[in-house]
Parts: sequence; C-alpha cells; structure tokens
Amino acid sequence: MTSRDRVRTPLSAAAMEPDEGGRYGVYGGRYAPETLMAPLEELSRAWDRLRRKRAFQRRLRHLLEHYVGRPTPLYFAERLTEHLGGARIYLKREDLLHTGAHKINNALGQVLLAKEMGKTRIIAETGAGQHGVATATAAALLGLDCVVYMGEEDMRRQRLNVYRMQLLGAEVAAVDAGSRTLKDAINEAFRDWVASFADTHYVLGTVTGPEPYPRMVRQFHSVIGSEARRQLKRQTGAADPDVAIACVGGGSNAMGLFSAFLDRPDVLLVGVEAGGRGPDLGDHAARFSGGTLGVLHGARTLVLQDEEGQVVGTHSVSGRARLPGRRSRACVPARSGADRVHLGHGP
Amino acid sequence: MSPRRRRSSRSAIAAAFAGCSRQERAAFIPFLVAGDPSLKATPDLLRALVAGGADVIELGVSFSDPIADGPTIQRASNRALAAGSSLSAVLGIVERHREELGVPIVLFTYYNPVHARGVATFAAQAADSGVDGVLCVDLPPDEGLRELQPALSERDVDSIYLIAATSTKERIDRAAAASNGFVYYTARSDVTGERDDLIPTLAREVKRVRRRVHLPVAVGFGISTPEQVEEVARVAHGVVVGSSLVRLVEENAGEPDLAARLERRVGQLTAPLRR
Repeated sequence: MTSRDRVRTPLSAAAMEPDEGGRYGVYGGRYAPETLMAPLEELSRAWDRLRRKRAFQRRLRHLLEHYVGRPTPLYFAERLTEHLGGARIYLKREDLLHTGAHKINNALGQVLLAKEMGKTRIIAETGAGQHGVATATAAALLGLDCVVYMGEEDMRRQRLNVYRMQLLGAEVAAVDAGSRTLKDAINEAFRDWVASFADTHYVLGTVTGPEPYPRMVRQFHSVIGSEARRQLKRQTGAADPDVAIACVGGGSNAMGLFSAFLDRPDVLLVGVEAGGRGPDLGDHAARFSGGTLGVLHGARTLVLQDEEGQVVGTHSVSGRARLPGRRSRACVPARSGADRVHLGHGP
Repeated sequence: MSPRRRRSSRSAIAAAFAGCSRQERAAFIPFLVAGDPSLKATPDLLRALVAGGADVIELGVSFSDPIADGPTIQRASNRALAAGSSLSAVLGIVERHREELGVPIVLFTYYNPVHARGVATFAAQAADSGVDGVLCVDLPPDEGLRELQPALSERDVDSIYLIAATSTKERIDRAAAASNGFVYYTARSDVTGERDDLIPTLAREVKRVRRRVHLPVAVGFGISTPEQVEEVARVAHGVVVGSSLVRLVEENAGEPDLAARLERRVGQLTAPLRR
C-alpha cells in the first residue's frame, strides 16, 4: 500500500439494505433507459421469488459444492505471517475455485436464475476475462448460449482467457468503442440487452448496475464471508478477525467478504484499490479517493469523471480493476461510519 | 447567462404542438449531436433544420458512455467530444441561438453531465439559456421525479420522458405524470439507429399510449425515410428523426454545402407532413 485514506461518512441503517428503488442512501437506484425498466422490474421480482425458494437454494448449493469446489480453504499463511512479523494472516483461497476466481459464485447463480426465468441466452461483460470465463462456464454447464463482450484492448492483453471462453462455446464479441476496455464492454452489453431482454439475461459481473444487480451479486458472493467466519471460528475459536482485507476493482469479492462483517463494528474492513501510475485523473483506478458522485452503468456511484460529467479513462495493471464507476454496494462500506473501511492503493 | 425569458402558462413546446395540430399535421423533430462535426458548425446546421421544416429541435449532448445509442450516434458523440463539446458548450449554443432559431429546443442527454453540474444549477442555467425541454435517456421517471423534474419544473423548463413498448400501464402513467410538453415513445426496443422497416405493431402501440396520455406523443428510434415519417405521422403527434441526419452530417462533414444538404434532406422528410 502506498497510501491510506480514512473515509468517515455516517452510515444509516437504511444505507445497508436498499429501499424499494434499490437505493443505498445516495448510492444505487435504477438509472436505465425506459425499455429496460420493465425487464429490470421482472428480474427483481424473479430474484426475490427464487432466492427464497428451497429448490433453488438446494440446486445452487449442490452446484457450488460438487461443481465449483466450495467450501474453499481458509489457509493460515504461516511463512508470510512469520516474514511480516505482525498479524496472523489467513488467506481465503477463492483462487482455488473452478475457473480460478471468485467470479463463478455469482456467474453460476445468475445463470441458474436466468434458466429458471426461461431465458435461453446469456450475455456478459468482462475485463481481465475472469468473469467472462466464469459466465461461459456456467452457461455451458446449464446449456445456454453465451456472448461475452470484451474490449479490444483487454482481448489483446488477456488472449488466453479469450481462448478459454471460446473453448467453452461462448462467442467473444470485441468492443472497439471508447477506451476499448471494461467500461465499454459494459456499455455494449447494455446495448445488446435493450434489444434482446425477451430471451436474454445479462450476467453483470460485479456489484454495480441498476437494482437488483448490486444486492443480487453481493448475495451470491456472501458465501465468501460466511464461510470465512465459520472457518476462522473453527481454527482460532473466534469468528471475527481484527482486520478483513480485500482488493477492490469492481467490488464483488470485497462485498462478498465484508458482508459477513458489516454488523461487526470491531472488525476493521480494508479495501485496496489500484493506484496505477499516480494520483492524477486517468492514471489510476482509485475511485473511493479520486471519484465523485455520478451516474454510470445504471447506478449512482462514485465515478472518475471530469467537471463536465464525462467519464475519464483509468489505469491499472489489472483488467477488472479498470472500471471508472464505483459500485454502489462497495460504496456502502467505503462510506460507512466508524472508520469501517480503510483504503489503500496498490498498482 | 442572463435571465431573459419569462414563460407564459403554456410552454413553447406545447405551443409548437398546438400549432401543428391546428394545421392538422404531426410535428417534425430532428435530432443532431451538438458539436458534430464542430461547435462552430452547429448553429448553421440548426438553422438548416429550421429552414427544412423543424417544429422542435432535439439537441444531443455528448456523453462518454452512451449506452442507448447505436454506432452512428456513438461516432457523432465521439467527434463532438473531440471537438470540445460539453454540456457547457451546448448551453452556450442555445443561449446564443435559441431566439434567432425561433423553434423550441429540447436537450437530449444522458443524466451524468446534468448530475455532475447539480440539478438545481443545471435547471437554472438551462432556463436562462432558453432551453425549452430536457430529456435524459437514462433517467427514468422513477428517479427523475425525485431529482430532476422538480428542479426543471421550478424553472419552467419542460421534462420529457421516454415510453417504450415494454412500459406497463403504471409506467406509462408515471412517464406522463413526470412529463410536460410531450412524451417520447421509442418505436423500437433497441439502441438508436436507422432501420429498413417500422415494427408492424407500431400503430397499435402508439394508440395504446395515446389512450393513457394527455400530452402529445412523439415517436422516434429507427425512423429515417419520408415514407416512414408519413406512416408514423398518421398515428403520432410528432416524428423524431435522428441517426439518418447524424449520418448525413458524418458523410458530408467536409463539404462546404453541408448545411444546404441537411436542409434539403429535412425538406424531403417533412414533405409528407405538408401535403
């Protein structure tokens, strides 16, 4: 970490759970073209119905255990702990999941939901490719067509993941608009969805977008935090760590981990975002410290933008982290009271 | 910007539709992206729209992430941004030319540029510049009624909301309640762009909206030929043509007679309305 900022904004109870419009305090909401409003309302209803259904929960649990590889280990990193000589460090090994990242928790959940809704086609955006690979895998598993939008620049940098998606039967659609990276892939997925919602579900890959995406994605990833607490309790006798640290690109794995500790005031939550080349606009992807309130990709969130409200480019070594819109669910802990989330910057 | 307009009880937009209605014809509403191909060229192009027969002008404010637009308007937005266009620049154009143009101007924008400025500041500046109405393509009435609509209403600037084929009765009523001047029915569940055919159920859909909405109903998205204008004009109070005019600007950007070509094209598109 090269710097640390404390964000102190009081968080009301109302901001923890969204209101009926999907708003988390000033964040969230549903800022979409009118054509998508009814399909989004339909998605909210379907999600609220299915997430309570025993059969759906059973099906998802079964797949997470037997296909995805849950639970993942909580590993005590003894050598790293020794080497750093401070905290006892535990790693929640989401990298050991099928397809190699936490992304599959959400992708599989959403594709299962889409199938229940009678959709036959899946679209997704991807930056580094992890969410695209996870979605292509889930679609192949459940027998749905899949198109993944990916910026040309990202395709060039992540050729292996492009190949994996294609092997899984997905079409990878190159996006040459704008900065040719993740934000443009999201734009293109929305453009597809405006015309295809009747038979297509858009699997958004992180805690952004219009209601119900932030709460739905958070819910699918909350298994990370709930497992970690259980495992920590078993291994150490105490379920709460002193500090929970997660990298924040889009915010989905951070929300997955933090969601288990949001009501535990003694747990310090630390999000690490990409500091890039430097603190100037366009040189980094650190939206908590550099972003201002804006409306992008269907939600009100922190956005890296100029004073005219034009979204600016980002710089990060990661593909997924190159997103100028801060996700509303991630905004919540970042702006939460009592110094709940601290921010650090990495490259 | 100086306040220089005092509004009567009826907005200029309402008056424009009423005038067309007296002539028993639909209003013609062309769309252009402000600042494409350059900020300097825009006033001439707006004059060409009026000379060709525009009743209301939709002036596009470019945004870096136009999720509702197809390739034609995306390219135009990029050109305009590269040429220095911005919400400030567009307000400046309206301030300098609204009176001279003599037809109502609706800003067609994404919400973020407006949001970045602050809705109250924006509403005041829009009113002072002479903007007649504002349509934010990614601001549904659900959010708009809480944020932008009250601010615009206070400044007597009309709010225009979209209605789509997917809009339920409740959503149509909500859009109508949030709008003044007119409502905008999107003829296609798609991004903006030219299409060979209108959808076959369009007339029925527009009638469904008209039955529930007390305001004029303008129809846009996918309309590009005089024949399509004529067909839509039979069921709608207003016809919006965007991408095909934007494409004309793109294809003739370097030509000295760009404005004359645009005027000729608008004349062709409005001819069916004058018969």
